[in-house]
Amino acid sequence: MKVDLRINGANHSADIEPRKTLLDALRENFLLNGTHAGCEHGVCGACTVLVDGEPVRSCLMFAVQADGYEITTIEGLAPAPGELSVIQDAFCETHGLQCGYCTPGMILSAHALLQHTVTPTRDDIVEAISGNICRCTGYGQIIEAVEFAAARLRIANTPRPHHGGPHGRAEGKPIVEAK
Amino acid sequence: MSADPAAFRFVSTNRRVREDRRFVAGHGHFVADVALEGMLHVAILPSQHPAARIVSIDASAALAMPGVHYVLSGDELAAATDPLMNGLDTPKVQRHPLAVGQTRYAGEWVVAVVADSRALAEDATEKVRVTYEPLPFVMNAEEALRPDSPPVHPAHGSNVLLDRTFVWGEVDRHFDESPRHLSFRVTWGRNSTVPIETFGVAASWDPWRDMLDVWASIQMPKYPDQIARALRIPANGVRVHQDVDVGGSYGVKRGIKQTVLVAHLARRLGRPVRLIEDRLENMRGGDAHGPERIFDVDVAFNDDGIVKSMKIRALDNAGAYAGRAPFQLGKPIGAIVGPYKIESVQYRAQSVTSNKAVQEAVRGFGQAPTNYAIETAIDKVAAATGLARIEVRRRNFIRKDEFPYLIPSGSTYDSGDYHTVVDKVFAHIDFAAMEQERDRLRASGLLAGIGLAACLEPSGANSAFEPLLNEKNTTTTWMDSCRIVIDGLGFVTVTIHNTSSGQGHETLVATVIGEVLQIEPDLIRVIRPDSLACLPSNSPVGSRMAIMLGGAAFHAAQKLKAKLMRIGAHQFGLGEDKVGYAGGGVAVPNGDKQLGWAELVNIAHRNYHLLPEGMEPGLESTHVMQVPTGGSLPKDGRVQMYPCHSFEFHVVLMAIDPALGKPEIRRYVIGHDCGTVINPHIVKGMTLGGVAHGLGAALLEEFVYDDEGHLITQSFMDYLLPSSHEVPEVEIVHHCTPSPYTVFGQKGSGESGYLGAPAAISAAINDCVAPLGISFNKLPIRISAIGDAIADAQQGKPQEQAK
Repeated sequence: MKVDLRINGANHSADIEPRKTLLDALRENFLLNGTHAGCEHGVCGACTVLVDGEPVRSCLMFAVQADGYEITTIEGLAPAPGELSVIQDAFCETHGLQCGYCTPGMILSAHALLQHTVTPTRDDIVEAISGNICRCTGYGQIIEAVEFAAARLRIANTPRPHHGGPHGRAEGKPIVEAK
Repeated sequence: MSADPAAFRFVSTNRRVREDRRFVAGHGHFVADVALEGMLHVAILPSQHPAARIVSIDASAALAMPGVHYVLSGDELAAATDPLMNGLDTPKVQRHPLAVGQTRYAGEWVVAVVADSRALAEDATEKVRVTYEPLPFVMNAEEALRPDSPPVHPAHGSNVLLDRTFVWGEVDRHFDESPRHLSFRVTWGRNSTVPIETFGVAASWDPWRDMLDVWASIQMPKYPDQIARALRIPANGVRVHQDVDVGGSYGVKRGIKQTVLVAHLARRLGRPVRLIEDRLENMRGGDAHGPERIFDVDVAFNDDGIVKSMKIRALDNAGAYAGRAPFQLGKPIGAIVGPYKIESVQYRAQSVTSNKAVQEAVRGFGQAPTNYAIETAIDKVAAATGLARIEVRRRNFIRKDEFPYLIPSGSTYDSGDYHTVVDKVFAHIDFAAMEQERDRLRASGLLAGIGLAACLEPSGANSAFEPLLNEKNTTTTWMDSCRIVIDGLGFVTVTIHNTSSGQGHETLVATVIGEVLQIEPDLIRVIRPDSLACLPSNSPVGSRMAIMLGGAAFHAAQKLKAKLMRIGAHQFGLGEDKVGYAGGGVAVPNGDKQLGWAELVNIAHRNYHLLPEGMEPGLESTHVMQVPTGGSLPKDGRVQMYPCHSFEFHVVLMAIDPALGKPEIRRYVIGHDCGTVINPHIVKGMTLGGVAHGLGAALLEEFVYDDEGHLITQSFMDYLLPSSHEVPEVEIVHHCTPSPYTVFGQKGSGESGYLGAPAAISAAINDCVAPLGISFNKLPIRISAIGDAIADAQQGKPQEQAK
């Protein structure tokens, strides 16, 4: 069936079998290979994408269900070809990965956290990435990466568009804390 | 041979890992990203029976479905290909990618269906009708060992793949003379490293060029050779594309059966074919389970806690086929006494077949289970003598001045300073304060305890266990290699000849070559040619790449540096010994004459008339490196196993709420000595990841089969992987004892953390529950087991020990 999806800020239409997952559609119909299949039953988080800014397992969502939502994949985070977002760069700085397979999902979960939370605690970070299984790192350098990214984003004083959400700041509270 | 650590420019500095950039952007190149024109997809129909004769296969309904191209049975595949290789000399234990005649474990692959899409292929598997006649089966290793047990391979005669007893030193005399003995059993549960990316392979066959192209998520020594043998085609007709990123492996991504299956289909159908295992195929039939091992240990020691001798019997449940699994009993022989001066050892290695999934190499290749047994022995000696656990370790440790140290089983340990590492860790922790904290937790009503583990990581792998356990195998060569080319514009391109699964090999070689040639590592391009353009190599197994790929890169760079110096000296009319090399240029010591990188490159590439007589033009060098030490066949059951031995020392503070039984790690500290660290980020990541892996093995992960022979932990709902909630913050205390056998003094670290964490976590739990008079002797130690045992103990019931 015909589906209209908005992915990484661009509109896409495709004729997609109703049973096809968003994960398979992203990879096969839209050639966005950064989203990875891990368990395909909603546990490992390798397939994480953002749906309206919130982390979602794309293996548990049909592509047709995504009609009308704003989908962000890992390909949507880099500001330009060859350039990295602050969070992506932070993962490079601390080596918050090894094989790179869980990394896109991990970074999207971290991205969602830092959109909501200016000064996350270690527990906030642990909670935010707890739905993303990494078999290589033991999470230590991932947590360091998110802490490092949070600090750099605070210094950069960049307004963040999202608000509310499960780990979010209270409505009306400033996104960037005044020093 | 070792360089001076103080002189390093790039080695041991906190440089970024170059591979990371593509992965954080989602631009890795994994096997599932390989899309070939006209590619078909495979789904697998597995056996539902642990053992059954295949009476008939009816694929007509599946073949009638639109989009379905082929249904492959084991009989057809077996007729067209040779059996997969066995490690041991067990020719009657034949293994094929699809079951032939009978199935030998639930989940074994019986039929492969090929269709236009994976979804269609899955649909079609449901239409294939297989009629089975169930056969008797055996799941338990001790039952499999009995002569009357149902043989998994009747032609082999029994379930015993290996039963070999080694006696190194005067075991009987040491036992007779020792005033104290103790015996115990521990069991290592069946788990694996379970990468988040399953195994996948794509293949295409070009009948006009007689060429098989393979893209795979692979970490397998001699992979192209094994494909060629099984398919009965020349090895130079197999082209493996090594530029595929591997989404985690930790030993298990061996994929021969999957590759032979897919390659046969590609050849048969004349179309590219791909199989990406789904999670179920991977868990129950991917043939990637790890060791499942019972240890019966006898220890001879004295009142001072000095351990004189050990008898270890290791019984391993290999699963339905032999593969390389039995060798995982052989590799630990290279560190069979751990870091201790135990004078003699008797080691009985037994491997049996059963109706479980096939074992594959798992991180450490049998070392982590063995370390768990050894460390349990040391704790029990401490308990028996009333000495502190650390005191027994200190008394038995090999001392710094005793290296190189020959252990009874024939390996020489290169170097180490175990006492200092322990001292540093204890100082970092303030161990007395940790004991006070444990006592405070106990006083608050919790069960609390401290676990210790000290162990070795043998590194720089060769395969000396192969000839040791199979005398028909005379392999003593286990090389790795590197090629460096400096092009006509002076840019450096390096080829490496393996796949990587997150170990940062590109960063490794760029760092090493930058160090030797004194050029910026980030300007060095590192590529992986396909296997036909590769030099001989053996892939990243056994913690070998820092030593072997790092070593090959070092020597190749030294050859180029020597050539540049010869060219420079020739221009000055001087001997090579009269010039110096610095920053990519050649100069005389007083600086009067000098030639920079660009000038030297120009001469090499364009001015043949300026080259020394007989010198080849251009700038290229290769080095094929053999593993340091060893290189001899075993003699009298003794052999030099791996050259280098990293050391790790774990301390864990644990608390358990007796009402919940949930083990909570309050503090985790590891002392780690892997000699000279080439990239600190990479070694840190390996160590932290290894601890997480060990935590999974100790507390969560197990492939559990029910009484009907079915795997009941086949999804991530049941087979539990540690998340960020379970893995504690781990503190690393570094020490550096360089190896005398490697170019920078480096040792391996690919298994670090994993080799001691299960022992340390187990010890911590047992320290927690010791006041209740109970202990756990089987991994994993699940919350349910802890909770039940605590409740029983509190009600005065005797503990039911694991069988």
